[in-house]
Parts: sequence; structure tokens; C-alpha cells
Amino acid sequence: MSRRVHPALWIWLAAGFAFLYVPIVSLIIFSFNESKLVTVWSGFSTRWYGALLQNDQILSAAGLSVRIGLISASLAVVLGTLVAVVLARFGMFRGRALLSGLATAPLVMPEVITGLSLLLLFVALEQAIGWPSGRSALTIIIAHTTFAMAYVAVVVQSRLTGMDPAIEEAAMDLGARPSKVFFVITLPLISPALVSGFLLAFTLSLDDLVLASFVSGPGATTLPMVIYSKVRLGLSPEINALATLMVAVVGAGVVIAGVILNRAEKARQRDEQMALAGDEAPPLR
Amino acid sequence: MMRPPPLPLGDRLASGAGLGGRLLVNLAPVRVALNLLARIPLSGRDCVIALPYLWLTLFFMLPFVIVLKISFADQLIAQPPYSALFDWATQGYLTIKLNLGNYLFLASDPLYLNAYLKSVQIAFISALICLFIAYPMAYALARADAAWRGVLLMLVVLPFWTSFLLRVYAWIGLLNNNGIINNLLMGLGIIDQPIVMMRTNFAVYLGIVYAYLPFMLLPLYSSLEKMDLTLLEAAEDLGCLPFKAFLTITLPLSLPGIVAGFSLVFIPSLGEFVIPDLLGGSETLMIGKVLWDEFFSNRAWPIASAVATAMLSLVLGIMVFQQWLEKRAEAGR
Repeated sequence: MSRRVHPALWIWLAAGFAFLYVPIVSLIIFSFNESKLVTVWSGFSTRWYGALLQNDQILSAAGLSVRIGLISASLAVVLGTLVAVVLARFGMFRGRALLSGLATAPLVMPEVITGLSLLLLFVALEQAIGWPSGRSALTIIIAHTTFAMAYVAVVVQSRLTGMDPAIEEAAMDLGARPSKVFFVITLPLISPALVSGFLLAFTLSLDDLVLASFVSGPGATTLPMVIYSKVRLGLSPEINALATLMVAVVGAGVVIAGVILNRAEKARQRDEQMALAGDEAPPLR
Repeated sequence: MMRPPPLPLGDRLASGAGLGGRLLVNLAPVRVALNLLARIPLSGRDCVIALPYLWLTLFFMLPFVIVLKISFADQLIAQPPYSALFDWATQGYLTIKLNLGNYLFLASDPLYLNAYLKSVQIAFISALICLFIAYPMAYALARADAAWRGVLLMLVVLPFWTSFLLRVYAWIGLLNNNGIINNLLMGLGIIDQPIVMMRTNFAVYLGIVYAYLPFMLLPLYSSLEKMDLTLLEAAEDLGCLPFKAFLTITLPLSLPGIVAGFSLVFIPSLGEFVIPDLLGGSETLMIGKVLWDEFFSNRAWPIASAVATAMLSLVLGIMVFQQWLEKRAEAGR
């Protein structure tokens, strides 16, 4: 149901969207600027994209970030889903409140604290048991997994609580073991949440500067760390080009994922309706 | 559901292991230990609970214990640069050295207290500005045509997915003395001297409001969208003026969204590092940046840990307060 709204509100909404998008659009426009001065327009050129593609430091950092993102997002999906299932399906058990607190705390914890504390843990562990030896991509993966699994848990848990419990109960009544119910019934039903959880975890990992700066070692420089060190020195048209590419990839990804998820959701609803209709169709004799 | 009773752990290991393993398992102390272990009823369910529990305990809870520990340690010029808290003295007993010096130092140097207060102030005012900007936006979004709503919501969420660092970087290009805004204003002849905006508190507020606006918008939208619009119609029919209807119906019903949005902006911006570092100047002291500098520039790990502990207690205090508010709201319902 829609209701008439004062026209001033629409103007306010448009201004708000302009505020959200002007910086991004200005980044994109000036990535095509010819001059090295990022803020003075001097003509159209794609030279900064060429320069970007020859910048080995940025390219190798991007490669490392993507690898770290893929691994930590996969781990975060597994662990976050476990947390969500335990919290949504296991009822009450001793330590449930603590687990729920531990799983949501990374969402509100300032990153500088999480980063510092994880680094101190790694140093203490290395002193005590010799693992992990030095800081590397591995320690960044652990940090990102811990941080991102909280987000995955929230996404998956809301999907689980919104799900019709009757389907799982029916499978259990018919004698399926809990693990079978999970893999055959629950997992396919929550798969859209797993996909969005994975994408969210991947983006968080790809975007993180603070945690990575604390826990990385000399060999492991991620893309945000390179961007940060360049940005501190001043504006750089190459960074604008990089930002444009990232916005393009992410924008396309979000739109495509949105369309696919939407379609999957509609197909699922149609299936459910057909299943219900099928139940009623055969006449009782 | 019937299941075969699980074999004792010792037997399971013995049947699976080779001769050497069997010999080992049959050694008396090992057998006692294994049978004790088998007493712990470990089912598949327990393992599912244990795995994330172990991970979070090891990589989230234990680190805070270590931070707390190191905040009581002495600064040393060594690798790692802090003293041990527990010491097995030569006499053979455990001594614990609690060094409160780091906290006394934090309390005595006004820099830290100022940064602490300034962070709270900046986060609070930014959250208020976000609320002011986002409320009308969320209201319009919630009342928009259903066909448009999906697209508009996607536009709200899209900046979330693009790099935070790059979005903050974009503001440097806009706010610089020879940046886009100043060039535009001077080109139009509105000003003839560039307005200094970079490295000021203004830039920090702007950056935080910009970065966290979607966090305010989404909870506001979801609480406004759920609202029963017939309530407003009833008020109108009874002769209530629209503004009064807003104050007595819409605003109280959207209160959960306001509280959620406010804390989603306030808490993370308290510890913000990137925005004050890139947009702020020397006058903007925020606690996240102080911690970063202590750690990376001064290599003062114990001081950084003490700052982290002080920050943590602030965040925890806010979370407890929020829980209390929620409980009170529920009890009132």
C-alpha cells in the first residue's frame, strides 16, 4: 500500500542519493582524466588503466587479496553456518548465551581492538608453541575468517528462523538422521543465504585494511594496504582507475547476484505452491 | 530413533589402530586416560557445537585475555617489546607482576582522555546527523511504490559493497584545497579563496556520516515499512493533524529502528581509524588513531593494549546499556 508523501521528501531522498553517489561518480570521472592532477580536468584518456595494468605491486597485492578473500570467505561460511544452525536449531544448551555473544561481538568490536588482540595472540602462540611461525597470509586468513563468520552467522540465522520448520520435521518423522536432514533438506533451502554470506565475507576480506595491517607479515601485503600507503602520499590517478574497475566489478556482481537470487526465490515459491496444489489435486476415494 | 551404542573410545581406537597402537592403548595409564575421555559424552551434536566454539574462544576471546595481560606489562626494548607477566622465580614459586603504570600513564596524560572524549563526541554527533538525514529518506523509501522500492534499496546497499577505503579516498579529491568542490566554486566565481576543508573536524564528520549513512537508513526503513498505515488513516479520520499524527504514531513506532540505527552508527565510528587518519588533521584525536599510532609508530605495545582495554570497556558498557534499554522496552510492552 502506498500513501501520498509530501514532495519535499522526494527531493530530500534524491539529495540523499546524490550525497551517497557524488564521491563515487567523481572517482570514476577523474579516472579518465589525462592529467596527473586528479582534480583538474584536461581531457579524456585511458592511460591510467594502462599504467595500472603494468603496476606489478598493485597486481600482485590484488591477487593475494583475492586468494585470501576466497579462502577466508569459504571458512567463514562453514563456521558461520555452524554457529547459525547451533543457535537456531539446537534449542537451549549450556553455553548458548556465551556462543551467541561471541558470535555477534565481532560485529560491533572496533577493528583496531580486534586487530591488536589477534596480533598479540599470534605473537604469544609463536612464543609458546612455535605456531604460527611469523605473520603471513595465514594469519590474515584467520583474522578475516573470525571477523566474517559473525556476518555469515547473522545472515544464515535469519534465514533459518524464517524457514518453515514443518519440512525438516517431516523428514525427521520419516526417519532421516539429523545430518541427512541438514544436508538434503536444510542446506538447499538456505543456499541463497550461504551465497550472500559468502559474497559478504569475501567483500569484507577484500576491503579490510585495519586487521590485515596488524596481523600481516613482511611477505603479505594486501590490496587495501597498498592503496592505503599510496593514498597517504596523495592523490593518484591509478587509484582512481583501480576504484573504477572495482566499482564496475562489484556493481555488476551485486546486480547479477540480485537477479539470480530473486529468480531462485521465485522458482522456490512456485515449487512450493505447486507442491501444495499437487497435494490437493488427487480426489480422495 | 535407535542407534547402536557407541563403543568406548579406547576400543574404537584399538580396533582401528595397528599393533603398535594396540599396545599403546593397552598400557594402563593410557587406557585409564582414554576411558576417562570416553566418559565425556561426545555426540555429533556436541562436535557441531564445539567447532565454532573452539574457533571463537581461541581467536576471539583468548586474544582479549592476552591484551588485558599485556596492558599490565612493562615496556621493553626487545622482541616482542613487553615484559612477561608471570615469572617462575628461582625459588620455584609463581610470581605475578601487575604493573598499573600503563593505566596511570593514560590517566595522567590529557592526550588520551581528550581522544577518548573527542571520539565519543564525534561518534555521537555523527550518529545524530545520520539520523537527521536518514529519517526523511527512509520515510520516503518506505512509502515509495513497490516497483521502485527494490531498485532504490539496491542503490542504498550498493555503496556497502564497494571499498570503504576508496570511498573515503574519494572525499580527499572533493575536499582538497585544489579539489573538485573548491575548483567548482572558484570557477563559478562564488569564492576567490579556497575553503580549507581537508584535515579538519568538518571533514571527519562528513566522512563518518557518509560512510555510515546506510547503517542508519536500513533499520529505519525496515521499521517504517512494517508500520500499519491504517493507524494514520484512523488518526486523520478523527481529525488529527498530520504533524501531530507523525509525533504520536509514526515516531514512537519507529523507535526500535532509531535505536538500532543509532547504535549501528555510534559504536563502529567510536573506534574508527581510516576516516580520522585520511580526512582528519592534528586537531582530530580519535581513540582508534591513538591506538594505531602507539602501536605502529611508537611500538608501545603495553600502552596500546591499555588503550584497547579502556576502549573495550567503553564499548561493552554501551552494549550492556543497550541490552538494558531493549529489556525495558520489552517489559513496557
